[in-house]
Amino acid sequence: MRALLLSMRMLGREWKSGELGVLLLALTVAVSALTGVGFLVNRISQAVALQANEVLAADLRLESPRELPEAYRAQALGRGLSVARSVSVLSVVFVGDESQLSNVRAVGEGYPLRGSVGVSAEPFGVATPVGAGPPQGEAWPDSKLLAALGARVGDQLSIGAASFRVTRVLITRPDQGGGFAELAPSLLINHADLPATQLLQPGSRAGYALLFAGERKTVDSFKLWLTDRKQRGERLLDVTEASPQIQNATQRAGRFLSLASLVAVLLCAIAVAMAARRYVQRHLDSVALMKTLGATRNFTLSVSLLQLLVIAVAAAVLGSAFGFLAQEWLLRALKGLLRADLPPPDLVPVGLGFLTSIALLGGFALPPLLQLSRVPAIRVLRRDVGPPPPLVWLAFGPAVLAVVFLIYWVVRDVRLFFGFVAGLAGFLVVLTLAGFLLVRLAGSLRGSVGVSWRYGVANLARRRGESVVQIVAFGLGIMVLLLLAVVRNDLLADWRRSLPADLPNYFFINIPPADRDAFLGFLAGKGAETSRALPMIRARLTGINGRPIEGMDFQDSRGEGYSRRDQNITWQQDLGKDNTLVEGRWWSAGDTDKAVVSVSTEFREGLGLKLGDTLAFDVAGELFEARVASVRKVKWDSFQPNFFLVFPPGLLDDTAGSWMTSAYFKPGDSRAIAELVRRFPSVSVFDLDDLLAQVRSVIDKAILAVQSVFLFTLLAGLTVLLAAVQGTRDERRYESAMLRTLGASRATVARGVLAEFTVLGLLSGFLAALGASAAGYLLARNVLEVSYGFSVEVWVAGLLGGAVLVAGSGWLATRSVVNQPPLITLRGP
Amino acid sequence: MGASGAGKSTLLALLAGLDTPTSGRVILAGSDLTQLDEDGRARLRAERVGFVFQSFHLVPALTALENVMLPLELAGRRDARPAALEALGRVGLQDRTGHYPRQLSGGEQQRVALARACVTRPAVLFADEPTGNLDTATGDRITQLLFDLNAQSQTTVVLVTHDRQLASRCGRVLVMESGRLVAG
Repeated sequence: MRALLLSMRMLGREWKSGELGVLLLALTVAVSALTGVGFLVNRISQAVALQANEVLAADLRLESPRELPEAYRAQALGRGLSVARSVSVLSVVFVGDESQLSNVRAVGEGYPLRGSVGVSAEPFGVATPVGAGPPQGEAWPDSKLLAALGARVGDQLSIGAASFRVTRVLITRPDQGGGFAELAPSLLINHADLPATQLLQPGSRAGYALLFAGERKTVDSFKLWLTDRKQRGERLLDVTEASPQIQNATQRAGRFLSLASLVAVLLCAIAVAMAARRYVQRHLDSVALMKTLGATRNFTLSVSLLQLLVIAVAAAVLGSAFGFLAQEWLLRALKGLLRADLPPPDLVPVGLGFLTSIALLGGFALPPLLQLSRVPAIRVLRRDVGPPPPLVWLAFGPAVLAVVFLIYWVVRDVRLFFGFVAGLAGFLVVLTLAGFLLVRLAGSLRGSVGVSWRYGVANLARRRGESVVQIVAFGLGIMVLLLLAVVRNDLLADWRRSLPADLPNYFFINIPPADRDAFLGFLAGKGAETSRALPMIRARLTGINGRPIEGMDFQDSRGEGYSRRDQNITWQQDLGKDNTLVEGRWWSAGDTDKAVVSVSTEFREGLGLKLGDTLAFDVAGELFEARVASVRKVKWDSFQPNFFLVFPPGLLDDTAGSWMTSAYFKPGDSRAIAELVRRFPSVSVFDLDDLLAQVRSVIDKAILAVQSVFLFTLLAGLTVLLAAVQGTRDERRYESAMLRTLGASRATVARGVLAEFTVLGLLSGFLAALGASAAGYLLARNVLEVSYGFSVEVWVAGLLGGAVLVAGSGWLATRSVVNQPPLITLRGP
Repeated sequence: MGASGAGKSTLLALLAGLDTPTSGRVILAGSDLTQLDEDGRARLRAERVGFVFQSFHLVPALTALENVMLPLELAGRRDARPAALEALGRVGLQDRTGHYPRQLSGGEQQRVALARACVTRPAVLFADEPTGNLDTATGDRITQLLFDLNAQSQTTVVLVTHDRQLASRCGRVLVMESGRLVAG
């Protein structure tokens, strides 16, 4: 109790001395970084989990790319279940001349069977739940679609051959998936209006769903009945398996962001260790005095420990609050990518914040404090006596334990843990070596500059260890931010460079075979440059070399996908310019009608195929086999119609399918597109510019999210700088007083300090730009497989940003020291 | 008394239990210090011993009043505040209780240290060159205060100094040279 009272009283006083402030700052930044990401991931995961039972809008859902047999519906109704229909198809929606590719969802009577549709009278408004879809003749577009079309409630819009009146705005629907929004905007219409739109033609790409709900027992027995009868391509979804993919994606993204925030936490740990060391140095005298006055070792230890505990709790509370705010800000930045109505987070991240705070203090501040309590009382008479040297395991053991604990807790995976630790350690060793070299280099160059600079650079070289730590901490913070900018620019710039100016900007799919010639004629009549038109047929891979595909294991996740999903296949006579043969030979005239197939390199690698393998396919119930005759490398970014699987002409002539093509329209020729959609309502039009803009916006938002997290790394670097400056305050105060006593003006001393931090910042910036460029080069070459473009901006931003940031904050932190009159300092404490 | 390096402070440290002798025993106020561990010696100091140092050794983060309260709080006394106020009054600092050490002159700081040393009414007060950092006039005032307090509270004062005039006012003078007692 006495220790508590005394420690609280001293805490208030010591606050002014500064090192407690740095300690609190370092812990707060660490806690904010971890909890900010924690809150975000927590909310998204909750949304995914919560909506699992609503995500189907039913208890059981059957999905298929083909129309579902009426027998299923009749059977379910016979068993007393409720049934509802839903069909989704991509189509262009018009209001006047404005058009937008949208996900048109036609929902039948009874929809939704579970959950409710949230609607509002205005875009982005508050959702009011309603128990049914729109009545006939009405459409409920979502906010994104209305905004894109510049339309309002009450306007008329046209879909295919039909016209609808906008009566409400769709805010949420139960089967819209977990935390992530769909890319294309969507709208609801009544199922009974679907025929009038003429969107559905034979071979059209649409998604059909039957929704079932009722008593659990009935649903379960119906599920068994359905499982036995369902056809290939029909997917039965139960609540339990509704959104595993989204959950996986969420977990992976969350883990990546947590790892990114860990880098900030580890930097903060350095700042904590520095501040704790300074705390100990400053308290050697007062602890010795307290012992002289009769305090026991335990008592002095309790006083320090209680102070630290208060700081840990304060940092946890403050950090969690900042983390929450940061997460709110991040959500705002990610608007559109995430659903707006995420549930509030629970308190799990706060627990993580408390643990982080205590683990960092325990690991990095406790060992020096234990040392402090061992200072002998005799120090009051002989100042040269300090605490006995620490045991090595006691000095570093807790720190290593704390770091291992934090990293493992975030990654929860042994392999990932070792990967991360090894990667980070290697990276830090390289950075530290580079830092040492830079400081040495700067030190050896100081003879050639003026007195202020010489004094500043000499300071850097004298405190070499600390300088290197600061350069590495700051360099790392700037580097990760630069790296993201490099990668983003490289990605988008290189992509854009590789696209020719007359690249097709519209894709057309779902062209009915009967309309093919008329459609191509229409395009030619409008002066559009058309690329090749290819048939498009849905097929399912059922076996390889006589073995059924079901039950096969694929190492490659792509192979897993190819084996499960329907594939689009085509037939064509000529090998296009954007296809290169890597193995085998292309069709000659004699191959017509032969059961052979050409596969793309991705398909070969994903499934581990070789020339001569036999693939079995199911096309609309018809089974056939084909031998792999060649392998092609496809240049996908040519934006021409291309397929993984290409057959020779003849073999598939009789199968039902549709055609696709791409074309270049002059920008702004939306009238022609509008006319085209009205004449060929079943054709789906993709505006590539729109799609590209959407992809870009997703990349930008994701990068912004990651950059926000890495901003904490920069903050952590700043904290390390502050801790280092705090640690040298007394020394600096004395030196500044000495210099001024020797006749240096205040301006000279100030210039020296500025020079020191400017050089420090330049060195950090240099290291950051070097590291970001090297990492960017490696990423571009090996991961993104694009050519790396050297960027001057990265160097300018790194050097200038580093210098301004470090010089500014260093100056602010030392200003009071420099400005203090020398007499006060030299007269003693 | 003795010249620099004679071993005066080492002896003081041994007498006060701040250090332990490699051989021999130290008996302070009836307790054998060599038989006590570090915490035991600390408790003994809290109850029986006061200190005044050449360089004052006030806690810079605490006010004058809080510095004087510190030994009382360490001894678990509930009347720390009134006792400390009274002690500060006796050294004439009743108006400076809320000041921090850096806001006080050298003489005032040493008076606070004196008040802190006497506030527990110790059996023995150790003073290590208490006037060494002060000018003659201030040093004289501090000396006078030290002897007055000694007379009031019947404390044994063990004083280390090389000031002959100060030494002459003490009841017994021991002289040291190269670590040995040579007179007294």
